[in-house]
Amino acid sequence: MMNAFTPPLALALVDIGRIISLTLIAAGLLWLFIRAIKLKEVERRVIFLFIFISVAAPILFPTVFKEKATPVVKAVFDKIESLPPGSKVLLSYDFDPAMAPEVQPMADAFSRHCLVKGHKIIYMCLFATGQGQFTRTMENVIRPEFPEKIDGVDYVNIGYKAGNEGVLNVIISDFKKMFPTDVNAVPYDSIEVFKGIRSCKDLDLIISIGGGRPGIKEWVLFVGDPGDVPIATGVAAVVAPQLYPYYPKQLLGLLGGVKGAAEYESELVAHYSRFKDSPTPALLMMGPQTLAHIVIMAFIIIGNVLFIQGRRKEGKR
Amino acid sequence: MKRGVPLIITFVVGTVLIFSVFIPPMENLGENFTLFFDIIAVFAFFLGGGNLLRVHLTKLTRRKRDWEYSIVTIVGFFFMLACGLFKIGNPGDISASLTAEGSWFQTIYDNVFVPLGSTMYALLAFFVASASYRAFRAKNREATILLIAAFIILLGRTPLGTFVTGWIPDSFSVLQIPNLAIWIMNSPNLAGQRAIMIGIGLGVVSMSLRLILGIERTYLGGEDK
Repeated sequence: MMNAFTPPLALALVDIGRIISLTLIAAGLLWLFIRAIKLKEVERRVIFLFIFISVAAPILFPTVFKEKATPVVKAVFDKIESLPPGSKVLLSYDFDPAMAPEVQPMADAFSRHCLVKGHKIIYMCLFATGQGQFTRTMENVIRPEFPEKIDGVDYVNIGYKAGNEGVLNVIISDFKKMFPTDVNAVPYDSIEVFKGIRSCKDLDLIISIGGGRPGIKEWVLFVGDPGDVPIATGVAAVVAPQLYPYYPKQLLGLLGGVKGAAEYESELVAHYSRFKDSPTPALLMMGPQTLAHIVIMAFIIIGNVLFIQGRRKEGKR
Repeated sequence: MKRGVPLIITFVVGTVLIFSVFIPPMENLGENFTLFFDIIAVFAFFLGGGNLLRVHLTKLTRRKRDWEYSIVTIVGFFFMLACGLFKIGNPGDISASLTAEGSWFQTIYDNVFVPLGSTMYALLAFFVASASYRAFRAKNREATILLIAAFIILLGRTPLGTFVTGWIPDSFSVLQIPNLAIWIMNSPNLAGQRAIMIGIGLGVVSMSLRLILGIERTYLGGEDK
């Protein structure tokens, strides 16, 4: 474990806070465990309280864990890394604010990686809310960290079009038919990024970020497979298990939930020293996630103790 | 006639879209049909907006239960619509992006919609914990297997998994919890998901054929005659 973004003077306070909150959680769980042996059920509000503390404590007293990229995440990183500068990458923001805490860090990390490598990015979205989420990437990543990058030359935002897979069915053969202009009404033909691109088949990589429908499944079915275009994805954790059948042939890699995003961020920081001071929200979120998982596991154990004790009691009768 | 026209449209569109995949000269036709679909899809927004207003105005005028919330919905709807249509506060001209930084639309999106959406999703953590406590009990063999798998995945998705089993030598690395979690995802999960997907795929094909051939008519509404 190590501290991140913590000034030295506040370090002691953070450590004290961390110890107090962990002790509180451990003591509380032990008390509930003893009660479970005595066959006393845990009330729902007690569970909620523990979850609240386990999520709030690592946010108040940040704890950052070291992450190592797993092969599914490393495959996406290596693909972007191996593309020559100037390659055309499409990032599709297929998510809404509800999914954003999990997948926005991925979107930001992909943007950072592509821009630092000198790739040309085409931003679009199959969710109407994706355009608003892209603006957040613009505000938090592109403008502050890459002020030299020019709209239309290094990246372009073509925005949202209604029609779900219908949109993909058209852009697989002709981009201009569906997106005659970008979001600022600049005509397709005068956008530098689109030079040499007629359809999705001319792209070097497509990354869909999201987890809902339309999303990565539609990208694989309507663009990746028919167009033979490499596709990667970053999705919410609950969706990731459904995508393993596509990996590694139809999906070259995937980032699942906060963990996947944290692995990607750590890989990015390890490879590029300029990102050492960049925000790493997913790495920070791993603290609350880890503690919440431990608390959930503890409650599962307590539930089973109750169940076994109850059975024993019934057996004695 | 009332049912015949939609049935003919479904048959023609469905057949053209299938043939356009296999017959290259028909590719363009299939593309145009998809484009028509996208145009029609845009009209769904008008329909959705109109329906939202109808439902909430009815609720408001008849003073139904919780009618006060309908005021918030209607005011919010028109306010966001005005911000988007007239690009209020937008730094650029009328052709600038709807979500340009500084525009009212984006400011409200960032400060109202984003926190509300995230909050709703975050509530899941509380319900997942409560449900896990009640549901994950080793009642029989199947439930025990599910319980063990859940434990491994939960541990594998955190650095704790590496911490607990990191001491296991590389020659037995498959026993390390993160690797076990990957194995569960890559083998049993993959097999199950693939079976479900193939089943769904076959179901979609048969349902599509029923629709195209006019056997399935429930989408037309009313009784199936």
